[in-house]
Amino acid sequence: MSHWRRQPLQLVILGLGLALATALWSAVQAINAEARASYSQASEQLAAGTGAVIDRPGSDIAVETYARMRRAGWDVAPVLQGRIAVAGRQLTVVGIDVLTHPAAAVILGDTADLSESVTGEGRLFARPDLQTALATTPGLPPIVSNPAIPPGEVWTDLSVAERLLNRAGRLSHVLVLQSDHEALEPESFASGLRLRPEGSQDTAQLTRSFHLNLTAFGFLAFGVGLFIVHGAIGLAFEQRRTLFRTLRALGVPLQKLVLVLSFELLGLAVFAGAAGLVLGHVLAAALLPDVAATLRGLYGAPVEGALGFRWHWAVAGLSMAVGGAVVAGASALVKLRHLPILAGSTVSVWAEVGRVGIRRQAMGGVFLAALGALVFVVADGLVAGFALLAGLLLGAALCLPLCLAGVLKLGQVVARGPVAQWVWADARAQLPGLSLALMALMLALATNVGVSTMVSSFRLTFTGWLDQRLAAEIYVTARDDTQGAEITSWLAPRVQAVLPIRSATDQLNGQSATIFGIIDHQTYRLNWPLLDAVPDVWARVAKGQGVLINEQMALRQDVSLDDILPFAGQSLPVVGVYSDYGNPRPQAIVGMDLLLSLYGDVPNYRFAIRIPAQEVDALRAAIAERFDLPPGGVRANTEVKQFSKAVFENTFVVTGALNALTLGVAGFAILTSLLTLWTGRLPQIAPVWSMGLTRKTIAMVELVRSLLLAAFTALVAVPVGLGLAWVLLNVINVEAFGWRLPMFLFPADWAILAGLALFAAALAAGWPSWRMARVTPAELLKVFANDR
Amino acid sequence: MIARCLILLASLSASAVGAQGFAGLGTTTQGFAMPDAQKALTFPRDHLSHDAFRIEWWYLTATLDGADGRDYGLQWTLFRTAMEPGEDVGWSSPHVWLGHAAVTTPDRHFAAEKFARGGIGQAGVSGDPFDAWIDDWQLVSDDAEFEVMRARAGASTWGYEVSLTANGPLVAHGEGGYSVKSPSGQASHYYSQPFFAVSGVLTLPDGPVAVTGKGWLDREWSSQPLAEDQSGWDWFSLSFDSGDKLMAFRLRDGGAGFRSGTWISADGQVQRLGDDQIVATPLDLVAVAGRDIPVRWRLQVPLYGVDVEVSALNPNSWMDLSIAYWEGPLTVSGSHQGRGYLEMTGYE
Amino acid sequence: MLKIDTVTKSYGNAAQKHEVLRGVCVELAAGETLALTGESGSGKSTLLHLAAALDGFDSGEIVLNGIAYSGLDDRGRARLRRETLALVFQQFSLVPSLTVAENILFHARLAGRPDPSWAAEVTERLGLAALAQRWPEALSGGQQQRVAIARALAARPQLLLADEPTGNLDEDTGTRVLDLMLDLVRETGAALWLVTHSDAVARRVGRRVHLSSGVLS
Repeated sequence: MSHWRRQPLQLVILGLGLALATALWSAVQAINAEARASYSQASEQLAAGTGAVIDRPGSDIAVETYARMRRAGWDVAPVLQGRIAVAGRQLTVVGIDVLTHPAAAVILGDTADLSESVTGEGRLFARPDLQTALATTPGLPPIVSNPAIPPGEVWTDLSVAERLLNRAGRLSHVLVLQSDHEALEPESFASGLRLRPEGSQDTAQLTRSFHLNLTAFGFLAFGVGLFIVHGAIGLAFEQRRTLFRTLRALGVPLQKLVLVLSFELLGLAVFAGAAGLVLGHVLAAALLPDVAATLRGLYGAPVEGALGFRWHWAVAGLSMAVGGAVVAGASALVKLRHLPILAGSTVSVWAEVGRVGIRRQAMGGVFLAALGALVFVVADGLVAGFALLAGLLLGAALCLPLCLAGVLKLGQVVARGPVAQWVWADARAQLPGLSLALMALMLALATNVGVSTMVSSFRLTFTGWLDQRLAAEIYVTARDDTQGAEITSWLAPRVQAVLPIRSATDQLNGQSATIFGIIDHQTYRLNWPLLDAVPDVWARVAKGQGVLINEQMALRQDVSLDDILPFAGQSLPVVGVYSDYGNPRPQAIVGMDLLLSLYGDVPNYRFAIRIPAQEVDALRAAIAERFDLPPGGVRANTEVKQFSKAVFENTFVVTGALNALTLGVAGFAILTSLLTLWTGRLPQIAPVWSMGLTRKTIAMVELVRSLLLAAFTALVAVPVGLGLAWVLLNVINVEAFGWRLPMFLFPADWAILAGLALFAAALAAGWPSWRMARVTPAELLKVFANDR
Repeated sequence: MIARCLILLASLSASAVGAQGFAGLGTTTQGFAMPDAQKALTFPRDHLSHDAFRIEWWYLTATLDGADGRDYGLQWTLFRTAMEPGEDVGWSSPHVWLGHAAVTTPDRHFAAEKFARGGIGQAGVSGDPFDAWIDDWQLVSDDAEFEVMRARAGASTWGYEVSLTANGPLVAHGEGGYSVKSPSGQASHYYSQPFFAVSGVLTLPDGPVAVTGKGWLDREWSSQPLAEDQSGWDWFSLSFDSGDKLMAFRLRDGGAGFRSGTWISADGQVQRLGDDQIVATPLDLVAVAGRDIPVRWRLQVPLYGVDVEVSALNPNSWMDLSIAYWEGPLTVSGSHQGRGYLEMTGYE
Repeated sequence: MLKIDTVTKSYGNAAQKHEVLRGVCVELAAGETLALTGESGSGKSTLLHLAAALDGFDSGEIVLNGIAYSGLDDRGRARLRRETLALVFQQFSLVPSLTVAENILFHARLAGRPDPSWAAEVTERLGLAALAQRWPEALSGGQQQRVAIARALAARPQLLLADEPTGNLDEDTGTRVLDLMLDLVRETGAALWLVTHSDAVARRVGRRVHLSSGVLS
């Protein structure tokens, strides 16, 4: 088809559109696939065994207890797992017995000498990237690189793990290796032991929402990309309309013409899709480290930062590209089918369809929005939330042309001069042809408004929360309880207060939760970020008459103030709910005395210290000098906050990147739509020109018209975006992360965004407009020529 | 006997095999105690663990007659190896324990192994009364140590529980328990209780079988029992119907090898047998587990008029474990009749 | 009022030049009606376009009401078209995004002399009242032409240039539309220069010039 040779730009646009759409979509898919693969690799390769574990809710297991299990003939393997902060990063330390762990051979890899791993300072095993990152960290044993280790984790022998985690003689759980374990009764060895299926689903479940989020974004990007393709295909068909008519007149059967064009389209789709895959891979590779950091920071999920290549991903991406091209090209092909051999003016055919279409679209939009709302009301959970979102966005997008038509009509009525009147009228007439691109712009803008409102609201809330939550000036982690006691007595005369941080883990309403004990202190009364509480909350907690729970737990388990919460054989009323961002799991707080009476002598080696701010540095130095603390044993709250904020920012890097790309794609969609309209444009312009408007004026009008449409689109997009933000904050976040956030408005951001939209529109309209100013009278006169 | 040491250090560092003798036994001894010819055996102390030495084992084999009229054999072994000298508590202990257990029938051979770290109580040896264990495998004296014992071991589909009663004295090999292993002087401390009467039950996939028979318990510890060039060994323990017993081993190297043994009279008198007093000739090579292994031998000790042919009860007595070797019961014919056990290592 | 003096116009580049007009001279007085006939492709439309200040010419001069075209820039020509002239083409004369009524008033408003009552009269006389709120694309060819004529006349131009205004219409309709146009032109006192290939049409117009091989006779 020589058409493309004459119009290489169109080919580029078509290809680029499809490639971009495929790229955005497949990038998201690649990221998801990589993350999921990491989870399953982690759970399959390293948590080998029968999938059953023995643990002791709220506590750990003594090594002696494990030995007694072995002596009873149980086929079990010990694990001591915990987190430490090293060199500013959180590491999960997994201690195993290299002799009994089922995956020991995988862990040790080709380590020549077992004894090195077990004796002396031992060895750590970590992924190559982590090994490199930690290589120069003092206080750590030598690190052996092993790509089989999950990201963010260091595996090591139990003898080493005990030292790193300050938990000598303790195990966090025991893997059950024998398949006939149903009858095992671990209670017979120690009270509180229980047999349970291994929680390898945990990560997958926690991160599911995150991936759903990404997928939704990918779909949006793909959809926007399809607008471009639709525009380009429409343009190509429009320009070849005369050719088609001639071919048909010459007797080429319609079926054959459609078939040939379909094949042409398919070929293009495959090529562009392949290019998109390459682009998507590059994009995913660029974004993955941040996603990985997010997943690790937020969920402790093991995700590697490097991207692999997966065939099924490539095939799926290509299918999306082809499917997208088919969807985008279908309408053009259908139009071609219905094209009479001797058609009248092109403009009128399209415009007539447009006017009726706008109303129908709007009805469809209202229907979709209603459907989304209905799903949300009837169903529950994250998917329902996304249905609501999809309904909102699509509904708003479909209603956009009608809204714009209304506004433009109003403008036309109000307009004074004839030129102004024409501008409004003309804009309205252009609406059907531009509506898809404008919808794309609206979606991109609304998403931007929505997501940036969410992120900014979250950031504001989170920062304030950090200040409250990290009220103490210094946080100390001792090696063990003994050292903890030494530090406490040493600190007592030197500081305003030493607040012990002690916790146990237990099942609360069937979910694993951390239960903290606090002493009665002003710090909590003044700072703790309570969302909801009874009047005498702190007094009741201190007396052991009530429990505080985090928001996640309150929302997920539908527990509210004054509800009775059963745990550890006790029942306590909920006296307060506090915000606890960045933590996906349930958490509770009780008075220290109660914690100790319920869970016995829980570890006591972490402390929060209150001192005047100006003494922080001196005291830190003094503690570090006086005591041999583990790496990261003393941290000022500023460091902790910095770390938390870094994790937070990482979380939304991907969102931001996709946002920007979507906006870019939308701008591109406008350009292609305008170019598509260009062919039909001259007959509309020529009469006006003949009546005495200069080409320059007309070109200006072209530009103004696009800006006008973009501006109104932006105007519509802001409320839609705020709706989106509301759903994100109050529905999606609650389902995905377990917290509800207050919504803050950032009108300045909207202004910037509107400016960006106008800029994108101006950029997109600039070229057609420039062409308009340069068009020769001869070209315009051809419109009136008799032989057209 | 020495021969039996299949120590596991090497199980996780296979490269050691070959280059440095079988299963790492030929490696250096830095920091560990060395066997001392001047040091007499003292009991019950020497029944227990010698942590200053690198390797050590408690090694029981028994030839058995089943109530069903068939012949059986069993093995119970606990190895200790130290990755470095000294002792530490908990997971930091340098000691690693390894258990091997087997039951051999004329047509089946069951074997299993256990691993354990020292320092945490999962495996070990304690005295008063004597108790050696790894997981739920156990060799324990209920009464007088090394006189009356029980042994049990097994896996999911098979196992055994037997009691042992000593009908004779402990026997020291070599010179008062100092047993030389090579011309260049490698040695170990080595004694046995070869006079156990055994009775108990084997649990096999087809059901339990009551058994009686004769047991032989070896104790040996050292830090480097093999010379660098020794690649494996063939070890025999024979109980003749006359009541006399013979322990003989041959350490293979590139050349003539090194033979040693002990003649134990029915009354417990011992006679050390030197390199030139034992002739061991492999007769048949049988393909077992992809290797050629001599499961029939001619064994001669001219000094005692012994010229016997020993053959495996079950040629496929292959211990297919982390460290693989051949170990199984024998029948003895020729100048003397009887039963015995054979262990062969280092066949590649 | 309009004087075309030795105007030449050619298309194409230097290598392949196609001379359409070779020294055309013609004059048109105020209120006069003139028909321009010629073979297909003889340059009738081109000449009319030049008179309408839609396109430039190579040499010679066109003067309208004392204003020489060669001295005008794009804006000046646009102003001339807006305020002094009005055009009716065979097709595509209407602004598709404006209704019939809006179209009819459009040029008058551009020219700065909207006269709704006059526009209403023209609309009425051309039988377009019932179509006032329709969109151009919903009209037949004859209706569209009448709207174009109405728009031109509603602007009260001094010179009305019409290029085959009835060329797209069947004979009966064409005749009726032409009659109406001529009547209205007379009433407004405008000059009319009409391009046609039809002798019948040309005969109904006062004077007649014939263009052949780029030369007027």
